[in-house]
Amino acid sequence: MPAIQVHGLRKAFAELDVLRGVDLEVARGSVFALLGSNGAGKTTIVKILSTLLKADEGAVRVNGFDVAAQAADVRKSISLTGQFAAVDEILTGREHLVLMARLRHLREPGRIADELLERFGLTRAGARRVATYSGGMRRRLDIAMSLIGDPPIIFLDEPTTGLDPQGRLEVWQAVKALAERGTTVLLTTQYLDEAEQLADRIAILHDGRIVVNGTLAELRQLLPPAEVEYVEKQPTLEDVFLAIVGAAR
Amino acid sequence: MTTHWFADTAVLTGRSLRHITRSLDTILTTVITPIAIMVMFVYVFGGAIDTGSVSYVDYMLPGVLLITIASGISYTAVRLFADMTGGLFERFQSMPIARSGVLWAHVLTSLVANVLSLVVVVLVALLMGFRSDAGVAAWLAVAGILLLFTLALTWLAVIPGLTAKSVDGASAFAYPLIFLPFVSSAFAPTDTMPAAVRAFAEHQPATSIVNTIRDLFAGQPVGGDVWVALAWCAGLLVVAFGLAVLIYRRKLA
Repeated sequence: MPAIQVHGLRKAFAELDVLRGVDLEVARGSVFALLGSNGAGKTTIVKILSTLLKADEGAVRVNGFDVAAQAADVRKSISLTGQFAAVDEILTGREHLVLMARLRHLREPGRIADELLERFGLTRAGARRVATYSGGMRRRLDIAMSLIGDPPIIFLDEPTTGLDPQGRLEVWQAVKALAERGTTVLLTTQYLDEAEQLADRIAILHDGRIVVNGTLAELRQLLPPAEVEYVEKQPTLEDVFLAIVGAAR
Repeated sequence: MTTHWFADTAVLTGRSLRHITRSLDTILTTVITPIAIMVMFVYVFGGAIDTGSVSYVDYMLPGVLLITIASGISYTAVRLFADMTGGLFERFQSMPIARSGVLWAHVLTSLVANVLSLVVVVLVALLMGFRSDAGVAAWLAVAGILLLFTLALTWLAVIPGLTAKSVDGASAFAYPLIFLPFVSSAFAPTDTMPAAVRAFAEHQPATSIVNTIRDLFAGQPVGGDVWVALAWCAGLLVVAFGLAVLIYRRKLA
């Protein structure tokens, strides 16, 4: 059984048809990227999958549970990392993780928190208030919070929007580590290279429908075969930036 | 899901309370206005207001306490608004926890914060010469009425907290509430007011609450005002709670 099944999903806000019949399936243990421009409806899909919004029409199942009829079971199966790092400025990083562990009724919330701080390279920052964190650190904490309780399915809504290149790499590494552990990840992004780097399958959402859905190799075949051209390889500005700044880490 | 209601609400309240304990400035900014008003009225205007044999600070303290609560609950709306816009709210709602606990945590935090503010204001009033003949029972009655009033206004504050588009919008609703005691029996006897103003003053909630607390502080038997006061508080609580829950459910749809 696939981790996520969506058939004929429709959602309108007032007069605006955002989703006009979305179909998609996400296999267990895979990383699925939902690609689309701003306002394509990516966040709407994530909100429906995570029981924050109700669909107008369509069958939506997460971990085998119907999002409308079995919302409580869906919530036990998932974790949502929303578009903006959902953190509390006044709490420390460690307190965030302890809070999540308590809300998931786990034993030894302190130990769980320390392990995750370690895994996400936040041990030294753990006792500091989040107000002092950089964007990348907030995002890492945000993702660490999502992992508590080992939910089998994780939603990441534009996890790298607004991050600097280093923060982006940090998040990418976190997502890759998740995939290695067998967690199903559905991530939305507007960056093509992000989908390319992380995803087993990529779907493109456009005009309220999934217009393409396949592996990167399949997507490439949609275009005429590559022509061989010889181009002098200039380092990109990102290469330069990371070479200079990244070396210091 | 409801089996964890108490545990979840306690955990969420603990988190929300840190906003009070770690930034005590919210308590300070809450009490600074009522204290300033108290100083102004007692030392500047109060001498010119005829309150009979009652000392002016004793006379106006009940009204100042209502102002304290009205300014305190605007922070409740702001804290809730911050959770709504910051994404924490959505994170909590997507977790397998008691959903109403998210709101109750803010409400309980509001009660704690307001109790702290009220204690500070009463202590300052004591320094300024406030004296009470109230016994233990009367003090408990005062505390009960103030808590009920805080609870009612807190649920009222939940509404802008959930629906506001900006921080300013979330806190602005409190201004009329802060000014309500001025057009009541809180600072001056109503019988010198022009007829229309007097009619309003005598029939708005602040007057009955103020009169009840004033009688309790003076160690006198309370009149029929206490029932009017309780009816206002309970009515407001029911309406605000109903509306807040309705809006909350709609937000989740």
